[in-house]
Amino acid sequence: MTGPSPTAAPEASFRVERGTRASRIFMASGAVAIVVLATLPYWSDSGTTRLVAEMAYYLALAQFWNLLAGYAGLVSVGQQAFVGLGGYALFVLCSAYGFHPYLGILAAGVFAALMSLPIAFFVFRLRGAHFAVGTWVVAEACQLTVAQFSALGAGSGYSLTPAIVRTIAPDRAGRDMIFYWASLGIAVAALALVYLLLRSRVGLALTAIRDSEPASRSIGVDAFRAKLMTFVIVAFCTGLTGGLIFLQKLRVSPQAGFSLQDWTVVVIFMVVIGGIGTIEGPIIGMIIYFVLRELLADYGTWYLIVMGLVAVVFMLYAREGIWGWVAGRFHLYLFPVGRRFVRLDGAPASQRDSGPNRA
Amino acid sequence: MDWYSIIAQGCLIGGLYALFAVGLSLIFGIMRLVNIAHGDLITLSAFLALIAAEVLGLYPLATLIIVVPVMFALGYGLQRGVLNRTLGESILPPLLVTFGMSIVIQNVLLELFGADTHRLVVGTLETASLTLPGGVAIGVFPLIIFLVAVAVIGGLQLMFYRTDIGRAFRATSDDSVTVELMGADNRHLYGLAMAIALAVTGCAGVFLAVRTNFDPSIGPSRLIYAFEAIIIGGLGNLWGTLAGAVILGIAQSIGAAIKPDFQILAGHIAFLLVLAVRPNGLFPRMRD
Repeated sequence: MTGPSPTAAPEASFRVERGTRASRIFMASGAVAIVVLATLPYWSDSGTTRLVAEMAYYLALAQFWNLLAGYAGLVSVGQQAFVGLGGYALFVLCSAYGFHPYLGILAAGVFAALMSLPIAFFVFRLRGAHFAVGTWVVAEACQLTVAQFSALGAGSGYSLTPAIVRTIAPDRAGRDMIFYWASLGIAVAALALVYLLLRSRVGLALTAIRDSEPASRSIGVDAFRAKLMTFVIVAFCTGLTGGLIFLQKLRVSPQAGFSLQDWTVVVIFMVVIGGIGTIEGPIIGMIIYFVLRELLADYGTWYLIVMGLVAVVFMLYAREGIWGWVAGRFHLYLFPVGRRFVRLDGAPASQRDSGPNRA
Repeated sequence: MDWYSIIAQGCLIGGLYALFAVGLSLIFGIMRLVNIAHGDLITLSAFLALIAAEVLGLYPLATLIIVVPVMFALGYGLQRGVLNRTLGESILPPLLVTFGMSIVIQNVLLELFGADTHRLVVGTLETASLTLPGGVAIGVFPLIIFLVAVAVIGGLQLMFYRTDIGRAFRATSDDSVTVELMGADNRHLYGLAMAIALAVTGCAGVFLAVRTNFDPSIGPSRLIYAFEAIIIGGLGNLWGTLAGAVILGIAQSIGAAIKPDFQILAGHIAFLLVLAVRPNGLFPRMRD
């Protein structure tokens, strides 16, 4: 036996890097931005605070849909089912079972996650685009079923009583602040969850499935399990967000709770325009949506038409969306979820296994 | 409750649903495209019929001679100009492009025509009925729609199995790459397929406009009925789609007899039951 040759210990000659300089700078400035945003209710008017709260929970919904469609390949057009179920669960648990609204929000998520299992039993039988329409049918069925129960206010809806509302905060200004922080908290939690999930083993499995399902199966990835898990996690998060949204609105009806346009169409447009399959994309798409909506506020539904056209054009000519283009052009990854090999002997090698963000 | 009558009515409404579904079924069969905007294209056809009837003063059913060719041309242009670009490995582009189109069509119609409901009136034909043996009265007009659906599907089957273009459609459905090697132009074939699909859709839109009230928002639920009929019947089988549409119609009819606002939900439940028991539908001819 001779001494170890230079190639005998490859594990010592490189390390795996999981961040980039841009991502570290971004994380630091992001933390500052969150702190600044958290103080918003103290120095801004209530209209702005309410708008930013709405932006925050839409960002959360967009992240959840992106996780489902962009990473797990489950293009759902029925996520409004979980928003509505979450909203109704919260109202029922608070009104009929005396839950405190905070506990109710958490329970709304649990309820949505429980409901996602029978829903998955049906829709996972359908593939690809048929899965999409299948989730839509299920959401419609949920809406119609809820409307059948007169105890839930049937078609006209259900309100929280003032006594329950006062347990959150005695006056409207106080409630607005709490809702604002809760919405901001959900947005930050959504970003953190998606980021950490994608960096975990599940994320690796999802990335592999996204790139090629047959190839990922051949190396032992249980695609069904990873997809089902993502579906249930996203249902939990979407239901919880739904609970929060309707706690804020104080009233839920089948039309509002299970609105395709409000909870799915808008969210899909945000993700597609910003960049599907990236964490940064939904942030950009969300901002573009709100800018458009505020600019075209006086022109009826034209903001939706413009958003739809822009989304179609992006899907046709720039499938990766705005952020996909930026990432490809400038190699900029603010939420690096991949792994990068850095050789320790100083050679400029940076072979990537799955790319910092998108392969 | 008169079951005979309920089932007869359900069958006939199934004829209209079959017309909704045929176009969707056809393009999925030929190019594996699920057109989310399909329902809104039905609504668009209904509005085209409304314009043709009001501007040209045509008898409502005579608007078919305008609407069907317009939708045929629109289908060819849409496929060649937009949808051919989306076909490929990933399911996202066709799904999300047609999804975007659906929202755009819906909201443009809303901006142009407002949210009011419309209907085309055909006079006596609407109320005419005939009595079946057994004493069940059925409407003449729903019967006409059902017969048109049967005729359309029969005609399409003849085209698929008796003509050169039909053979080309079947071949590209089986293996689009090899067909190109044999000298076929898939882009043109897909254009024709979408043109035919939207011609049928145009026909469905005109009948819808006469049979029920419509407004810009009704598209998505027509897409869902069409989709349910196809999945119940089994992919790639037009007669199966008709059977699925009839089953859906009967389920809705029974639901409505139990409780009026149970009609649509009963259809969804029937669909989910079939999905649970036979995930590939009742008479599948191809796998997804």
